[in-house]
Amino acid sequence: MDAQVTLTVDGTRHQLPVDTRTTLLDLMRERLGNTSPKKGCDHGQCGACTVLLDGQRQLPCLALAVAHDGAEIVTADGLAPAGELHPVQQAFLDADAFQCGYCTPGQVCSAVGVIEEAGRGWPSHATADVTAELSPEQALTHDEVAERMSGNLCRCAAYVNIVPAVQQAAGVQA
Amino acid sequence: MTDLLTPRAIGQSLVRRDGVDKVRGTATYAFETDVEHPAYCHPVQATIALGRVTAMDTAAAEALDGVLAVLTPFNAERLASTEDAEYAVLQSTEVAFRGQLIGLVVAETSELAREVADGITVTYAEQPHDSELRTDHPGLYAPEQVNAGHPTDTAEGDVDAAMAAAEVTVDHTYETQMLHNNPIEPHATTALWEDGSLTLWDSTQGVHPDRAAVCEVFGLDEERVRVVCPYVGGGFGSKGNPHANVMLVTMAARALPGRPVKLALTRQQMFFLTGYRTPTIQRMQLGADRRGRLSAIAIDVVEQTSKIKEFAEQTGVPARMMYASPNRRTTHRLAPLDVPIPSWMRAPGECPGMFGPEVAMDELAEALGMDPVQLRIANEPDVDPDTGKPWSSRHLVECLREGAQRFGWDSRGPGRRREGDWLVGHGMASSVYPTMRQATSTASIRFSGGRYVAEIGAADLGTGAWTVLPQIAADALGVDVADVDVAIGDTRYPTASVAGGSSGTNTWGSAIVQAAREFRGKYGTDPQDGDEASGDVDQAAMDDAHAAYAFGAQFAEARVNADTGEIRVPRLIGVFAAGRIINPRTARSQLIGGMTMGLSMALHEDSVFDTRIGQVANHDLADYHITVNADVGEIEAHWLDEHDPYVNVMGAKGIGEIGITGTAAAVVNAVHHATGVRVRSLPVTLDKVLAGLD
Repeated sequence: MDAQVTLTVDGTRHQLPVDTRTTLLDLMRERLGNTSPKKGCDHGQCGACTVLLDGQRQLPCLALAVAHDGAEIVTADGLAPAGELHPVQQAFLDADAFQCGYCTPGQVCSAVGVIEEAGRGWPSHATADVTAELSPEQALTHDEVAERMSGNLCRCAAYVNIVPAVQQAAGVQA
Repeated sequence: MTDLLTPRAIGQSLVRRDGVDKVRGTATYAFETDVEHPAYCHPVQATIALGRVTAMDTAAAEALDGVLAVLTPFNAERLASTEDAEYAVLQSTEVAFRGQLIGLVVAETSELAREVADGITVTYAEQPHDSELRTDHPGLYAPEQVNAGHPTDTAEGDVDAAMAAAEVTVDHTYETQMLHNNPIEPHATTALWEDGSLTLWDSTQGVHPDRAAVCEVFGLDEERVRVVCPYVGGGFGSKGNPHANVMLVTMAARALPGRPVKLALTRQQMFFLTGYRTPTIQRMQLGADRRGRLSAIAIDVVEQTSKIKEFAEQTGVPARMMYASPNRRTTHRLAPLDVPIPSWMRAPGECPGMFGPEVAMDELAEALGMDPVQLRIANEPDVDPDTGKPWSSRHLVECLREGAQRFGWDSRGPGRRREGDWLVGHGMASSVYPTMRQATSTASIRFSGGRYVAEIGAADLGTGAWTVLPQIAADALGVDVADVDVAIGDTRYPTASVAGGSSGTNTWGSAIVQAAREFRGKYGTDPQDGDEASGDVDQAAMDDAHAAYAFGAQFAEARVNADTGEIRVPRLIGVFAAGRIINPRTARSQLIGGMTMGLSMALHEDSVFDTRIGQVANHDLADYHITVNADVGEIEAHWLDEHDPYVNVMGAKGIGEIGITGTAAAVVNAVHHATGVRVRSLPVTLDKVLAGLD
C-alpha cells in the first residue's frame, strides 16, 4: 500500500508516494538518493543512520516514512553548505575521530544533538544528580560525552578521539 | 639491507584526504553507488543445520507484481567452478550449515524483495548435525598446514622431560571465544551485467583478489570484469576474501542483463555468511627454573573449521618465536563441524595466540614471585627461536620498559588493592605481529597537468591508504606531497594485493617507490605531460635472512566492583616498535583501534553458539556486544623511533593488527591482580569473576 508524504531533507522539499513499509532511512537512501545516513543494522542498534529529525537526533531505520509526513530532516551532508564544514565535522577531522568513515555521519549528527541537549541542561545516565541544574560544561565532561555518544557504535574504535572532538566543537575544556 | 627513503612527507601527521567526504557522508560505499533504476535483492537462508532442500514453493512469489527473479538451487545457472564450496552458491540442494544461502529474490523495491524472500516455503530432509567444539571430538585432525602457510606442528627438544625436570611449571587450558568481525558497513554489492561484461561495486579489501575469485567461479575473462571500491566501511579481515554473497549478487546480475542489482546482507545474515574467528582451546605448558629462565614452552591448540571449507587459524604460531626456550612444541588440531565457515579476523593467529601464552606467563611470574615484565625480559631470545634467523629489529624489551614507565608499573604492589567498592589491579602482556609483504603488486606513476598521479588498485578500509600512499610517493619522487594524487580501489588501476596481514603499506608502498624510480630513471626531474612508468613490488629488495616482526607491550588497569563483579578498564597503554611510522595521526588511530577491539574481546564480545540448533544465538548488535564509547577510558598508543633497514625502503612494519594482540591477556592479568581470580576463558564477565571473589 502506498501513501503520499511530504518531507524536507537537507533543505529540499520532496513530495512522493511511499510504500507504507518504507523506513525513513530507506526512503532517503533508496528513493531520494541521499546516502549520507548509513545503514549498519536496520534495527536501531548501531546508530550509523542517526539524523536530526525535527531538530532532534533520531534513528530513521526505526521510523516509518508514512508516520513522518511533514518532517524536517537534516543529515550530516546538510549540516553545512557545500564547501564548508559544521564545527563538529571540523573537529572530527582535526581529531581523526574516524577511520573507515561509515559510522561517521551518524556520529556527527549524534554529536550535534548531544551538544544541543547539553545546552538545554538535559541529564544523562552519567549525571550524578539528575535533579540539579546542569551547565553545558557539566553536561559535556569526558564521561558525559562518552555516555551520550554510546548509541553510536564505531568498530574502528575511534572513541578516544570522538570524545575530545565533541568537546572541541562544543567549546568546552577537554 | 636497503637505504631508507629520506623522510620528508613520511612522518607528517597529515589529515585524511578522504576526511571531508567521510564527515559529510558523501563518500560513496558499495551499496550507495548511483546507478540507473536499480533492483534490490534479498537472500533466502537455510533454516536447518544439515540436510537437503527437497522443495521450494516459489510460484506465489514469482507471480507477484514487481518480482523480477527468484533464484533457487533448482533454477540457478551452473557455475564454471565449484571447487570452493563457499562460492558454489545454489549449485546443489545440500545444506552444510544453518543460514547457508539457498535462494535469492530480486524485486523492484527492497521492501518487496524482503517480503517475498521471507514468504518462500522451503521443505527439507533434515539430518542430525554436529556443531559442538570439544577437545575429545572424534573427528579431530591435523591440517596439512595452518593459515598463512605455517606448519601445523613444530617441536624441538623434549618438552615432557623438561616439564618433569622444571623447578616451576604452569599447565593450564585457556579458551578464546567465537568472534565476529562486524564491520559497521555490511557486506554489500551493486552489480551490473551488460553486454557480456560485469561491473561490481563491492565492499572489499582487495579489488583484484575479488575479481580473480569471481572470474574463477563464473569462468569469465578478467578483461570483462571490473571491481570498484573507493571506500570500505571496515572489514577487519571479513572482506579480505569475497564471501558467498558476492557470487549470489553476480548471479542475480547475470539473470537480469542491463539492470543494476543491489545486495546488502543484513546484520543478522552476516553472522552466518561472512566469516568469523574460530573459538580456540589452548593447552599451555611452561617450565622454568627459579630465576625464571624458561626450559619448556608448549601450546596444543584445538579449534574448529567447517566441514565444507577448511580454515585453520594459526593460533600456536606466536608461541614459536616470542621467548627463548630449548624445548618447544606447538600443535594444531581441527574439529570439522557443521558450522559456518571461519575465516580471517584481525590478526588471525596472533590475536588468539597471544592470549593463552601471555596469561600463562603471568601465572608463571606469580608462581615465581617475579615481576611479569622482568620475566619476559629474562627470556628475550637473541635470534628467532623458530627459524634461527637474526631479527631485522626487535625492541620488545624497550617497549616493555617504556610502557612500564609511562604506566607507572613500579607502583603496582602485590595486588588486591581496594578503593571504596572497587578492587584495583594492573596487568600487562606483550604484543607481536609479523612484518609481511605480498608477492604481487604493481603501481604506475603518471605526470599529468603538472601533478603526479600514482595508480594502484589498493584499498583504504579506514587504514589511511588514500593519505599515506601519497606521502610515500612524494618522498620517492622527491616532490611536495601536495603535488601528488593517488587513485586506488579499482581494477582499472595496476594489480594490488589484498589489504590484509598488515601488509598493505609495505607492499603497495614498495611498488610505488619502484615506479617512482623507474619514472625518474626514464624522464628525469623535468617530465612531459603524459609521461608514465610503472614498478613492481618484486623489483624491490627482499630480505630473507632476517626474521621481521613488530613488537609491543600493553599495560592495563582493571577495576572490579567487589559486590557486583562489574569490570571496568579505565586505562590502557600500549608502546610499539613497528618501524618507521608514515603518518602518526592515522597510525595512532589504527593502534588505539586495535587495542580497543582487544578490550572488546577481553570484556564484551562473545558469539554464543547454540549447539542444539547450530547457530549464533546472539546474532545482532543488540546482543553481540562490542565496546562502546562509555566502555573506554584512557587509551594511549605510543611508539619507539625504530629504524629497520631490512623490511622495506620505507623502513615501515605493519600496524593494522598488532594493536589487538596481547590486549585481552593484559586485561585478564589486571583482573587477576585486582581480585586474585584467574579467568582463563574469554570474555571476562562478572559471573566468572564473582564466582571467585570472597
